[in-house]
Amino acid sequence: MLSTPALVLAIVLFGLGLIGLLSRRNILYMLLSLEIMLNAAALAFIAGGARWGQVDGEIMFLFILTLAAAEVSVALGIVLQLSHRFRTVDADALCELRG
Amino acid sequence: MLKLLWLIPVLPLTGFLVLALCGRRLSRHQIAWVGCGSVGAAAMTTAFVAADFLGVFPDRESYHQTLWNWIDTSGMTVGVSWYLDALSLLMVVVITGVGFLIHLYSTEYMAHDDGYARFFAYMNLFVAAMLTLVLADNLLLLYLGWEGVGLCSYLLIGFWYREPEYGTAAQKAFIVTRIGDTALAIGLFILFTQFTSLSIQQVQSLAVEAWPVGSNLAMIVAVLFLIGAVGKSAQLPLQVWLPDAMAGPTPVSALIHAATMVTAGVYLIARMHHLFALAPMVQEVIAVLGLVTLLLAATSALVQHDIKRVLAYSTMSQIGYMFLALGVGAWSAALFHFLTHSCFKALLFLAAGSVIHSLHHEQDIFKMGGLRRHLPWTFWTFLIGAAAMSGVPLITSGFYSKDWILWSVWSSPISHRWIWFGAVFGALLTGLYSFRLIFQVFFGEVRTQPTGEPGLAMRGPLVVLAFLALTVGFLEMPHTLGNVTVFSHYLSHALPTTELLPGMDESSEAREQLAVTVAALLGIGLAALLFLPGSRPASRLADQSTDRPSMTFLQGGWGFDRLYDRLFVRPWFSLTRNPSDMLDRGYEWLAVCAESCHGWMSHTQTGQVRWYAATVAVGTLVLLGLFAM
Repeated sequence: MLSTPALVLAIVLFGLGLIGLLSRRNILYMLLSLEIMLNAAALAFIAGGARWGQVDGEIMFLFILTLAAAEVSVALGIVLQLSHRFRTVDADALCELRG
Repeated sequence: MLKLLWLIPVLPLTGFLVLALCGRRLSRHQIAWVGCGSVGAAAMTTAFVAADFLGVFPDRESYHQTLWNWIDTSGMTVGVSWYLDALSLLMVVVITGVGFLIHLYSTEYMAHDDGYARFFAYMNLFVAAMLTLVLADNLLLLYLGWEGVGLCSYLLIGFWYREPEYGTAAQKAFIVTRIGDTALAIGLFILFTQFTSLSIQQVQSLAVEAWPVGSNLAMIVAVLFLIGAVGKSAQLPLQVWLPDAMAGPTPVSALIHAATMVTAGVYLIARMHHLFALAPMVQEVIAVLGLVTLLLAATSALVQHDIKRVLAYSTMSQIGYMFLALGVGAWSAALFHFLTHSCFKALLFLAAGSVIHSLHHEQDIFKMGGLRRHLPWTFWTFLIGAAAMSGVPLITSGFYSKDWILWSVWSSPISHRWIWFGAVFGALLTGLYSFRLIFQVFFGEVRTQPTGEPGLAMRGPLVVLAFLALTVGFLEMPHTLGNVTVFSHYLSHALPTTELLPGMDESSEAREQLAVTVAALLGIGLAALLFLPGSRPASRLADQSTDRPSMTFLQGGWGFDRLYDRLFVRPWFSLTRNPSDMLDRGYEWLAVCAESCHGWMSHTQTGQVRWYAATVAVGTLVLLGLFAM
């Protein structure tokens, strides 16, 4: 089965991304981790598409690619604003919404 | 020209909108033109419509005009549609005609008031609402006008809102009339559930077919409508708001609390006369209520100190006469008294306003006196008004209308003799209290120096109304005096004629009239004897303080205020102020619960994005685990 190693790789990538997201305090690194998680999901779609011989998986990959690009452009804008206003990119320091 | 009917209520409404939206930017001159002109234009339109209605189609019974559908759902269609017949035309003529004169008067009376635009905006809105009320083709539209006039009454009583007592008086008027309005609304609901229609004419013709005379539903609906009418027209037992309503500016008292709005109850009963004819018991109640109110108000008017309160009680008393006439089935007589009353009572209020104006807002009649020489115009017009109200025979309109009512009470098959005696005693009291005012205010020595006669804008309406108060009565004269029946002929299409007992001929009518005349003149003579300055009783009455229990009882309008205070207001307040309220416990527990839950949940709001991401991941895992199981 060709798809099994691909799926394992996707799971590993997703786990790494999640760990990176939770452990990193720098917002830029958190964004990078997020990208890894997105790509892991996209890889799973590709694997699924190859397994059943359907093009849907590749179409989903294209969607995710577009989504990631859009997300990055918005997120980078936010990061710029954050560093501009608060002079920091530490996610833990930005906790003004504490209840 | 009949097609212009829709313009009549729209013109004052436009005036209101203009004044309300850009009243601040207009000069006083422009405000007066807009405020007065809109009602004047409505009066002109009314004149055209009336000429058309009476002249071109002399036998036409009614004219119907639908503008658009207001509410259109399955099973219920309510249109904005006007219904013009002799009855509503009479009301419209009075509202726009007398209304215009009062607006004209106000341009000078209110000239130095800060709320000039606000005043005319409210007055115009009032005229528009009142016209909607009387022209409405269906009960819902009538109810809209009914509430509209109630709102304007509230706004105008509390016009000088910086005085807390005035605000209280406005709220009192609003709340007390609300009781009647609620009953009226329930009456509408019952009619609608029975006939699935709200058109006044349709509902009544269906009711006449469906309900036998004296049936339960007819009685219930009639009673509910009567409560509505009683609240609006300040009759027993909902009369307590009218004397306090005098807190408003005097033109307001003239327009709303004398000439037009308080007679809306009379209009309602006359408009629904088919329904009331199905409930003869209720009609009897109307007659008795009218009689008791007119005696109550007349005795209270006798001992008031405030010139406007005297007139307020006299208004209650005169509307009592109208209710009495409605109760004995003398529909046209009631409407005739409405017509003459709106002329002479508006005149009396405006003349009283002229007195108050020239005395720097002094309203206590014991601080007035000797104004006859200083204010000759006001004196003569006031005298004409008072004479018309007391029914001075032959020359005043009040005589003809009151005489008609009393003759109907005497000769109607559904009346009693003791009612007639009570009403004639009321006529005596009317003469007494009207001329008490005259003698107290215009005779004797000057106690407060007046500033002088008012200007043309105030004098003009006084003269016109005085002329009307003298001459309107000639529209209908009894058999014994000329037998003119213009008015009853005019109303014969809209209202049934009065039934008479058999054996009532001219000689008995003449004897009855003599008794009424003697009663009125006796009242005036008694007033001269008691209150003409210089007479001994007058000085004794002036010395006498008002702390005697009988006097306070009469001054407070037979103690109804105190009774209601004990019966409703205080128990209610003590109930609301009770701290250990059982019902509150449950709600308090809910509040405590919500608050503690909120405190506990708010700990999860750390503001740290990584913490949120972790909870999302854990939550997803838990959900996946649940699905996998």
